[in-house]
Amino acid sequence: MDLTLVSTAIIAFGIAMYIILDGFDLGIGILFLWAANERERDIMMNSVAPVWDGNETWLVLGGSVLFGAFPVAYGLIMPAIYLPMIVFLFALIFRGVAFEFRFKSRNRTWWNLSFSAGSTLATFAQGLILGSFIQGYPIAGKQYAGGAFEWLTPFSVMAGVALVAGYALLGATWLILKTEGPLQEWCYRAARGLMLVVLLFIGLVSVWTPLRYPEIAARWFGWPNILYLSPVPIVTALVAFLLWQALRNRSVRAPFPLSIGLFMLSYLGLGVSLWPYIVPRVLTIRQAAAPVETQGFLLIGVALFLPLVLIYTVFTYWVFRGKVSHTEGYH
Amino acid sequence: MDILDPVLLARLQFAFTIAFHILFPTLTMGLGVFLLIVEARWLYSRDPLYYRLYRFWAKVFALAFGMGVVTGVVLSFEIGTNFSRFSEVTGNVVGPLFAYEVLTAFFLEAGFLGIMLFGWQRVGDKLHFFATVMVALGTTASAFWILAANSWMHTPAGYSLDSGIFHVSNWRETIFNPSFPYRLAHMLNASYLAATFLVAGVSARYLLRGSHTDSARRSFSIALALAAVLAPAQLLLGDLHGLNTQKYQPIKVAAMEGLWETTRGAPLLLFAVPDMAREINYYEIRIPKAASLILKHDANGEVRGLKEAAPADRPYVPFVFYAFRLMIGIGLLLIALALIGLWLRFSGRLYRRRWYLWSCFLATPLGFVATLSGWVVTETGRQPWVVQGLLRTAESVSAVPAGSVLTSFVLFVLVYNVLLVAFLYFTWRLIKAGPEEGPQPAPSPSLTAWLQSG
Repeated sequence: MDLTLVSTAIIAFGIAMYIILDGFDLGIGILFLWAANERERDIMMNSVAPVWDGNETWLVLGGSVLFGAFPVAYGLIMPAIYLPMIVFLFALIFRGVAFEFRFKSRNRTWWNLSFSAGSTLATFAQGLILGSFIQGYPIAGKQYAGGAFEWLTPFSVMAGVALVAGYALLGATWLILKTEGPLQEWCYRAARGLMLVVLLFIGLVSVWTPLRYPEIAARWFGWPNILYLSPVPIVTALVAFLLWQALRNRSVRAPFPLSIGLFMLSYLGLGVSLWPYIVPRVLTIRQAAAPVETQGFLLIGVALFLPLVLIYTVFTYWVFRGKVSHTEGYH
Repeated sequence: MDILDPVLLARLQFAFTIAFHILFPTLTMGLGVFLLIVEARWLYSRDPLYYRLYRFWAKVFALAFGMGVVTGVVLSFEIGTNFSRFSEVTGNVVGPLFAYEVLTAFFLEAGFLGIMLFGWQRVGDKLHFFATVMVALGTTASAFWILAANSWMHTPAGYSLDSGIFHVSNWRETIFNPSFPYRLAHMLNASYLAATFLVAGVSARYLLRGSHTDSARRSFSIALALAAVLAPAQLLLGDLHGLNTQKYQPIKVAAMEGLWETTRGAPLLLFAVPDMAREINYYEIRIPKAASLILKHDANGEVRGLKEAAPADRPYVPFVFYAFRLMIGIGLLLIALALIGLWLRFSGRLYRRRWYLWSCFLATPLGFVATLSGWVVTETGRQPWVVQGLLRTAESVSAVPAGSVLTSFVLFVLVYNVLLVAFLYFTWRLIKAGPEEGPQPAPSPSLTAWLQSG
């Protein structure tokens, strides 16, 4: 069995879970200040309060599997993205503590801001990191050799803004599922606007990336790849159309899975573009992979525990299924 | 000392963020077990006092847990951002241990905490209790893996070195490395003890003020009963851990004892001012032969001194020396408090002696101070190594510009202090309000009733 491939698949799966779960979670934070009143904000927060730290745990899983299975890549990427990473972590702190502090506070203004600005900034920083990752990093030996601001480019800023719109779309469609009345109606309208912005950015990235990186253009448009890969944009267009219809018809259940679909297709596109690199154009997954005794041990743990994790994650969501009310706290 | 020294900055930032973080897991590990005991007693007796106690302490637990999560996520990336060479060199060994921590502990805690806090109306009693058990199990599993990784850095085992990179040759030896069982037992017990004295201190405050007396008596009684076992046990576990350190890290022990020369019949220093440059102590207050007696269980046993290591291979002695005395001092104080409590209980005066209630109230934070001191002893005592004898701390940091690290360090200090103030303020408000005197919960006739079969 090719352990490196399995490890890569696990990281890819962990990141996908993170994008979906913490995506809508952060998205609710992005939309938070724009809600009509405090009562609606209570509902928005209650819709994720029981599950938010489980959602964020997928991030830690991604980080630790990267450290365990590809230590060289972990040690190379982290210093390269030092400042946006620190901003990301601070932003996560501000939004995370707001879950506890806001409900206990008499004056909620500051914790509303902490939650909303924290979520938005965390998403933006995550997008910056993603953008800079696609660009690649200068290295010497197996260590990062660039400056403190290598990550800051128009492309990475664009990726940051795009991700804010994307997570807000996930958040809005999650809220369609979990709320009713005026708040739900507001989410329908927000989701339609956000979807257009997201499509605009998907288009922009699809043009910008191949123009800038000829090897990515060759990957997509070379023969016979274009044959296998052409379904990706076609299915994306189809999902976008279905999502638009679902939002117009005020469907409750369809918008959330469809916006997840939109995300997963973009993610797939990214994977196709970057394969087989774990640090683009510098380090392939095989060059960065930990030795077999480390990967084997890691994969035993994943095989034993990840199914369990998935089972009780599903169970937790099932326990907290249905519409949320604004009084559902324990405070 | 150059403030723009990248090694120093990386160490300061990591020390600050990990010391801040560890306070919260210390609390939740211990409080998780306390909640488990309280809920078990509630299910068994159906006495609403236990239910109130649970709901009250679960709120404190949730606050601390939230703080633990947000400050913990930082650490899982900080190893890479600030110690990238450490990551590259030791990743094969410690990386999977962190991944196991996430898989077996973090998901378990996060998954069931939601049910523990928000689930009273949504699941049956037994399933709720199961969630409490899973959360307590998760916090313990987390300690298991993180201490396995940490212990390996003190007493590396089961590895081979190939062109400067660690490879694992035997996972059992790597995980169950020589210092691991001692460190795990010592730390788990420290956490239980810290939480126990927190509960006792808060309960003492209610008893002193005459508010929430019924529930406060219950929690005071449970806490001090636990303390009577845990506090003396900590002395024993600490002694065993010390003997293990003596065997594998004798220079750390020499720094703890402030012993410069290898000595037969080494004295125990109650106080001294160690001078690194001159390799002597000032103002010593000593008990002859006591250190040999403790460390070798023989009054004339030989204890190795700091001079056995070259000056460049010695830790900064004052940190280790003073932190060790602070930890031991608090430990002895808590044992005294626990034993006095036992004596007062058997003479029926536990809730009435105001001087004792005051002592317990003042001791509220001491368990946490002792835990932090213990970590200072063991971590600074390992320096200048990050992996004992094999990898120097100075060789493990990232090539990040010092300005970046200085910026992030200043921000961490500012933000964490704001967080701490907010945390203490909200915890204080919770404690001021106290356990609710409300009615007993209605048994939940929910859709999940089938889950509580039997």
